Amino acid sequence: MGANEFAKLPHIGESLKRKEDLRFLTGVGNYTDDIVQAHQKYAVFVRSPHAHAIVKKVDTAAASAMPGVARVFTGADIDGKMGGLPCGWLISNPDGTPMKEPPHPILAIKKVRYVGDHVAMVVADTLEQAKNAAEAVQVDYEELAPVIDMRTAAKGPALHDEAPDNHCYKWTLGDKAAVDAAFASAAHVTKLDLTNNRLIPNAMEPRAVNASYNRGTDESVLYVANQNPHVERLLMTAFVLQWPEHKVRVVAPDVGGGFGSKIFLYAEDVAATWAAKQLGCAIKWTAERSESFVSDAHGRDHITHAEMAMDKDGKFLALRVHTHANLGAYLSTFASSVPTILYGTLLAGQYGTPQIYVEVDGWFTSTAPVDAYRGAGRPEAAYLIERMATRCAWELGLSQDEIRKRNFVTQFPYQTPVALQYDTGDFHACMNEAQKLADVAGYEARRKASEARGLKRGIGYSSYIEACGLAPSNIAGALGARAGLFEAGEVRVNPTGSVTVFTGSHSHGQGHETTFAQLVAARLGIDPGQVDIVHGDTGRIPFGMGTYGSRSLSVGGTAIMKALDKIEEKAKKIAAHLMEASDADIEFSGGEFKVKGTDKKIPFAQVALTAYVPHNYPLDKLEPGLDETAFYDPTNFTYPAGTYICEVEVDPATGVVRVDRFTTVDDFGVIINPMIVEGQVHGGVVQGLGQALMEHGVYDPDSGQLLTGSYTDYTMPRAADFPMFKLGHVCTPCTHNPIGSKGCGEAGAIGSPPAVINAVLDALAPLGVKELDMPATPHRVWQAIQSAKA
Amino acid sequence: MKVELKVNGKAVSADVPPNTLLVQFIREHLRLTGTHVGCDTAQCGACTVIADGRAIKACNTLVAQMQGADITTIEGVAAADGTLHPVQAAFKECHGLQCGYCTPGMVMSTIDLLKHHPGATEGEIRALLEGNLCRCTGYQNIVAAVQTAQKAMAA
Repeated sequence: MGANEFAKLPHIGESLKRKEDLRFLTGVGNYTDDIVQAHQKYAVFVRSPHAHAIVKKVDTAAASAMPGVARVFTGADIDGKMGGLPCGWLISNPDGTPMKEPPHPILAIKKVRYVGDHVAMVVADTLEQAKNAAEAVQVDYEELAPVIDMRTAAKGPALHDEAPDNHCYKWTLGDKAAVDAAFASAAHVTKLDLTNNRLIPNAMEPRAVNASYNRGTDESVLYVANQNPHVERLLMTAFVLQWPEHKVRVVAPDVGGGFGSKIFLYAEDVAATWAAKQLGCAIKWTAERSESFVSDAHGRDHITHAEMAMDKDGKFLALRVHTHANLGAYLSTFASSVPTILYGTLLAGQYGTPQIYVEVDGWFTSTAPVDAYRGAGRPEAAYLIERMATRCAWELGLSQDEIRKRNFVTQFPYQTPVALQYDTGDFHACMNEAQKLADVAGYEARRKASEARGLKRGIGYSSYIEACGLAPSNIAGALGARAGLFEAGEVRVNPTGSVTVFTGSHSHGQGHETTFAQLVAARLGIDPGQVDIVHGDTGRIPFGMGTYGSRSLSVGGTAIMKALDKIEEKAKKIAAHLMEASDADIEFSGGEFKVKGTDKKIPFAQVALTAYVPHNYPLDKLEPGLDETAFYDPTNFTYPAGTYICEVEVDPATGVVRVDRFTTVDDFGVIINPMIVEGQVHGGVVQGLGQALMEHGVYDPDSGQLLTGSYTDYTMPRAADFPMFKLGHVCTPCTHNPIGSKGCGEAGAIGSPPAVINAVLDALAPLGVKELDMPATPHRVWQAIQSAKA
Repeated sequence: MKVELKVNGKAVSADVPPNTLLVQFIREHLRLTGTHVGCDTAQCGACTVIADGRAIKACNTLVAQMQGADITTIEGVAAADGTLHPVQAAFKECHGLQCGYCTPGMVMSTIDLLKHHPGATEGEIRALLEGNLCRCTGYQNIVAAVQTAQKAMAA
């Protein structure tokens, strides 16, 4: 079945209300911290108060003797007994040598490398006992100077013996000689320095684990707030604990948001699972928000210099980029791939720039590990390209839309100079639709009205593209991935005709229980209420790579489509037998099997029942039952793209930026549930607006303390910060999956930051402001205005 | 110490340490886990419950302060027959929730908001939701849900 045919099925494109809502609205969701196990003990982690220090001694004697304490574990308990937390992507230097991969122990051994690093784990009968005992653990530290600024990291004290200059890797992509040649003959070169600010993900549910061990069966069960339980299990058993994988069940029940931060295998997950086996009990740990701030993997944190070579008409000829990427103190699960594979490959954007060369230096610093956060590499690429496009326009005296239109790719498939091949898209259509929805025609009148009130109005464009549905496994493997990137789906038709689907994708807010049910119901011609989706449990689902990179529908949904193909093929044989026709003459549509050219038909439910009550059944040729599994490995990335237009009003007296209008036009390909897709855009855009205007993870350069470690200091967007948005869509179906879907989870966070900053810079242009980094807080904007005056 | 109060219309009493937080009492003693903890510091609102007619944050309230109080948690909002409260129904109708973690607090705050400000404008609704953080929805559909519930409850 092709995407166009699929899009016409019933329930596809229907804003069905969500099946998962009832439990969340009535307080009966089941998040990890809600789970209570028999004889459950509580873990509390002793964390480093220093950014960089030698651990001279950990004295646990007093803590161990305190009431209710079962054990206090330290690095000495695990040293040499297990591996460290692995990094899932090998990046190589230009000379072919591998990146530096220092050990990442689950409890500090000899040294701590960031504030929040895990030093000891106290397990006690109650949480209060564990907290009290944690305070009684005496750690003797010898403080060392921290390494905070990556630009000077090479000269700082070494965090790891393996990386004496704190340099993890240099990575390059593109043809440097061709780029240099293009620059030599360019009519105009535009240069740009920018910072992509460090973000702290802040899913509302803090990370949590509840691990137990059964001596009778030698089985461990880990409940964990996680986006990919099979990956969690594989990494934990194969790389760290070296336990038999089949003896560990990982369950990610209701998970309260992830945004990337719950992809990774964290020390606490392993420590609790391991300790539960040592103590023969269940162990629960739930992060306090202050722990989330210091110990969840952070996002972004790039410093970039970029140059664009153009001809006299503003045609892009070549792009040259250098980026410093902060990796934090240790390599988190996918840290190495974010500023490289997921960033450099996106630097063509929507434009036909013929030559691109990018160099990335990845640095270790005494900060929390940095890894994927909503968009992961693509927001950093889009921010660079879209800030650059607007600056190029202004330097050449062109409008923001004109320079984009002159450079849009219009022929597909399009091979970029940075490895990716875009299969489809219509960038002009997105731009035109966005300009219409945003009422760009009325902008000048609005600008004058603002001016009359003493306010500066600006408009900003961003035409982003991203790559989702990561990726053909063989290509990813050749690029250093240490895992496959397929997805699995099992479709179990029950005897009475209802359907249970087991998917390797994981939903932590995305509404898969509804969208996937619509997909299956559409294919089988049954009611979506007859379809249940099971996810997040290695004990029930064949396998899964989980949810990240907006891959769930395009990869996970396609695996389900492939399983449905098998279901349909087998069901047709059963139907042919029942109707005494040949297999080839059976058609299936609208939930009925029909014999071509006759009025003979039987419903799906009758075939389902026959499969399980095979009295009149071709048992000599066909197995009973109707339950099929498929694994799907994508043949390409998908390429969601769109144009966002932001209008801001800036008060020059205070530096306050007010977002007045925000318009999105996205091409996500075929959409199954527009309500859910729009919700994803809303949330993504506000995270992007948060990055552009409010959010910033800041470490003190001298002490290495996290200065933004609470909601008082780290400014999360609240309801009053932004207005209602205008959303539009363009649809060019993805050409290489049968759903035609491209993915929608990250677009908002990718496309919005440059639109905002371009708008603020546009507003401030009359005041002479040319440079502004995110977040454009009132303080920074006011300072930029004052500096321009000086 | 002994505490006696009413939770979701039912009298409850327990002997608890005096430093027991209301949210601990609700989640751990009563096993009503719909009330969530998102920040421990009264900044995110996931723990919002209604005490004697006003929304409060249960993570920075001692249960000892609630002696004799009448508390409603998210579990006590729908009718006994399961019919959703208009605020719950509006959140579903408008897709005002995604991961569901902030949702109980949002629903409790909205019930309080509409009780005390039945005619709130969009701007006032946004300002009155100041105490509740959501990381998923961008508040767009939460505000729409509050407005939908506002209309339903006025009818």
